[in-house]
Formats: sequence, C-alpha cells, structure tokens
Amino acid sequence: MERIKTLETRNLCESAKNGGCGECQTSCQSACKTSCGVANQKCENDK
Amino acid sequence: MLHQYKLNGFNIVLDTCSGSVHSVDDVAYDIIEMFETSTKEEIITAMLEKYSDREDVTREDLEYCIEDVEELKAAGKLFTPDTYEDLAGTFKERSGNVVKALCLHVAHTCNLNCSYCFASQGKYHGDRALMSFEVGKRALDFLVENSGSRTNLEVDFFGGEPLMNWKVVKDLVKYARSIEKEHHKNFRFTLTTNGMLIDDDVIEFANKEMSNVVLSLDGRKEIHDRLRVDYTGKGSYDTIVPKFKKLVEARGGKNYYMRGTFTHANPDFTNDVFHMADLGFTELSMEPVVGAPDDPASLTPEDIEIVKEQYEILAKDMLRREKEGKPITFYHYMLDLTEGPCIYKRISGCGSGTEYMAVTPWGDLYPCHQFVGEEKYKLGNIYDGVTNDALRDEFRSCNAYAREECKDCWAKLYCSGGCAANAFHASGTIRGVYKPGCELFKKRIECAIMMRVAENEGL
Repeated sequence: MERIKTLETRNLCESAKNGGCGECQTSCQSACKTSCGVANQKCENDK
Repeated sequence: MLHQYKLNGFNIVLDTCSGSVHSVDDVAYDIIEMFETSTKEEIITAMLEKYSDREDVTREDLEYCIEDVEELKAAGKLFTPDTYEDLAGTFKERSGNVVKALCLHVAHTCNLNCSYCFASQGKYHGDRALMSFEVGKRALDFLVENSGSRTNLEVDFFGGEPLMNWKVVKDLVKYARSIEKEHHKNFRFTLTTNGMLIDDDVIEFANKEMSNVVLSLDGRKEIHDRLRVDYTGKGSYDTIVPKFKKLVEARGGKNYYMRGTFTHANPDFTNDVFHMADLGFTELSMEPVVGAPDDPASLTPEDIEIVKEQYEILAKDMLRREKEGKPITFYHYMLDLTEGPCIYKRISGCGSGTEYMAVTPWGDLYPCHQFVGEEKYKLGNIYDGVTNDALRDEFRSCNAYAREECKDCWAKLYCSGGCAANAFHASGTIRGVYKPGCELFKKRIECAIMMRVAENEGL
C-alpha cells in the first residue's frame, strides 16, 4: 500500500463482542466538567 | 461513514465506524473520495487528468491503489457501515439503575468571586451551604448500595470550593476507605480546587488519597486575574501559583490537571496553555466558557473561528515539544487509538442522570453538576433514591443516536452525543444540540487524530 498508511487502532466492531463492562471512568469525572468527550477515556476491561 | 480532512500537511481518512485511521497521499485521498460514487474507470480517468503532470501516477499504479482501497473495505477498515444504532441503548438497559460516580458538592460557597462561574460563585443560584459529614457519608453509602457489580467508584469533591469544607472531605475519604474492602469496591477520588486554601496538610492528604486533582488556573496572570478574583476584587494568581507548584512537585507523577477556562477575553487561549507549560506544569486542560449568548464573557461566532485556529496551533506546537523531548499533555488531545474505549462507551452517552449524578450539600440528586439549581431536573435524594423515574429515563435515552443532528456526524463516536447540559442551556432540552460546542469538539478530534498520525510517521 504505497499511497496508504494505516495506523494501528482498536477495532470498534470487534469491541461490541466483549465490551461494555462499565468500569472505565465516567466521561465528565475528569478534567473538563463542561463538555463531553468519551474517546480519551482508557479501557479498563480486564476480562 | 468516512471523514476526510487535510491538516498540518497530512491527508487523513477516518473510517468512523471501525475506528480505523489512514494517512494517505493526495492521489489515494482523491480515489477514496470518489470510490463509493464512481466506477473504477471513472476514477482512473479523473486521476490521470488531475495528475497529468505526475510521472508516478500511471494507470497501473492507480489500479493498484484502487485494489488497496477494495482490500481495506473488505477488511472492515474503510466504508464500514454504521450498524450501532440498535446497540446504543443496550448498555444502559443492561446496567439498570447502577450508579458508579458521584460529584459531591461539599461546598456551595466559594472564596473567589469569578463572574463567569457556571455555578454562580458556588451557590448554584441558591443559598450558601456546606455538606455535613452525615450527608456525605449517606451519599457514599448510596453509591455503594447502587453500584451493582461495578468495582471502580468515582467521587469528585466539587463546589463551590471544596477546600472550604476540607475536614468533611478528609473524613469522607477515610470513611470510604473503611468500607471499600468489605464491599469489593475501589474508590477513586478527585479534588477540584481553586487553590486558595492549599496548605501542607491538603498537599499531603490529596497526594496520598486523590487519584486526580484538578487545579483551576486560567493561564497568564492578566487573564487569570481578570475574572478569578476574591471578594475585594483582588486577583488570585500570585496566591495560588506557588501553591499549585508545590502540590504538583510533591505529587510524584500522580494524575493532575491544570484546568483553565477561556472566554471572549482570550480566544487566543494557547498563550495561556503555553504559559502554564512555562510555569512547569505538563498536564493541561483549557475549556471554553459555558454561558448565555448575551453574557459578555461568552465566545462570539468570530471567537469560535479564532479558537479553531488556536487548536491547530496548539497541536502543532505540542508535536514540536514532543520532538524536543519536553512534551505536554492537553486533555482533549489525549486519544488512545489502540487502548481507547469500546463501542458501548462511545455510543451510550456521557452517563449523566444514570451512572453519574451530582449531590447537593443537603443530599438532593441531580443528573450532573451543571443541572444543580434547576429544580425541574431534580432526580431525588440520597435517602429515598431516584424518585423522578421519568427524568432518569429521559437521560437514559440520551446517546449518540438520540439526536437527528448526530446521525450523520462523523464525530459522534468520540463525543457520544455531547454534553446534555450544554444542549439544555443552548436549546432548552437535553435532546438539543449546542452547535458551537460541536464545531470546537470536531476540530479538537481532528487535531488529536492528526497528532497520532504525525507520531506514527516519526513526527
């Protein structure tokens, strides 16, 4: 793929199979408190 | 769904639904843009014409590139269809009425008098009040009782200014630590403070017990002191900066954020971020002010355009600092592409009013800190639990697919539908959209992804 470089990323479709443990940080319980970003939370699923 | 954009010399293709990120050259960028709406022959003809001055762009080469795009599509890394809508409500349904995070308003009062404060100087449009230990203890018990199988429980000591009720904060932490083992829980505490009352005792206790401290500093002295003043009108910068430095130095690498708010007075907020870096702080966050459109501190449409440029300046400068071995972290640019959240986290909404609630000094429950004081948004209290089930259900139904405006938005798996409070303040309903906020959010995500691309390519 000379013209395309693909970064290593988590496959979101795959994550539907074993995700949703709910242990990760609540979105607003960090620095912002005035907007909503979920993508900067770290996955804490240890299963 | 794809999002293609050019930033800082990179051509970036984001395959929203798989989460894949591709860095491509101009030819591949154009091919991908045409791929779903044109035939192979139409693409080749258009590319040969557009790049007629380029020797490397041949029919054979273009065919290879189109094959690559087809391969990526087959591998689920390009043109991935959006199949998540049916999943969007399932996580919250599965979670039932689990609560895992509380924002404890231990002090509805403040020793600063910042005019832009969304909490109206800590009073939340009500009377000044301090939370008693008994109310706080009941709130922690309420959290444990309602947390189901969740292990990690989050508690933010918030205000107003929580250090004005420091003894209660300490006693509540001690109480939580005394019960967490028997209930198989792990409390994570955050302290959000303006710094005025930081002393050695606060530093020692906070650095031992708080997973995170959020320290309010708006950046440059003249910016900070313009709004963050005491009740005599005196700026707080000179008082708090030495205290913040001492706390952070003693923190030993544990999480903290210098957290500022920028307003109409400083849409060039990157200078404030850089000022914080110059002071030696590395974990930084700056947020646009939340206010009514007629508030003189609110950002104007012209400001929004400046702020978008500023986000680019910040991202580029952060890459420079990283290259020079002196990196800084900006909260909104933290984007872990490999270990980030699963799809459920991304589509289920922020959790306000369901897994996350705010507790007033007298024990009332609200969907989040930004709704406190809005009587019709009262959920219940820590003694009787949630009694306004209809309101909880309304928040439960907020997710990345709840708003018409979000359905075709490439950024919805990064914001999960956005902030319900911002939507409420902008449109009068939590199902609305705060458009300027969306614009800034999208720019931040574009910058964050660009930074990962740059890092992948050796900066």
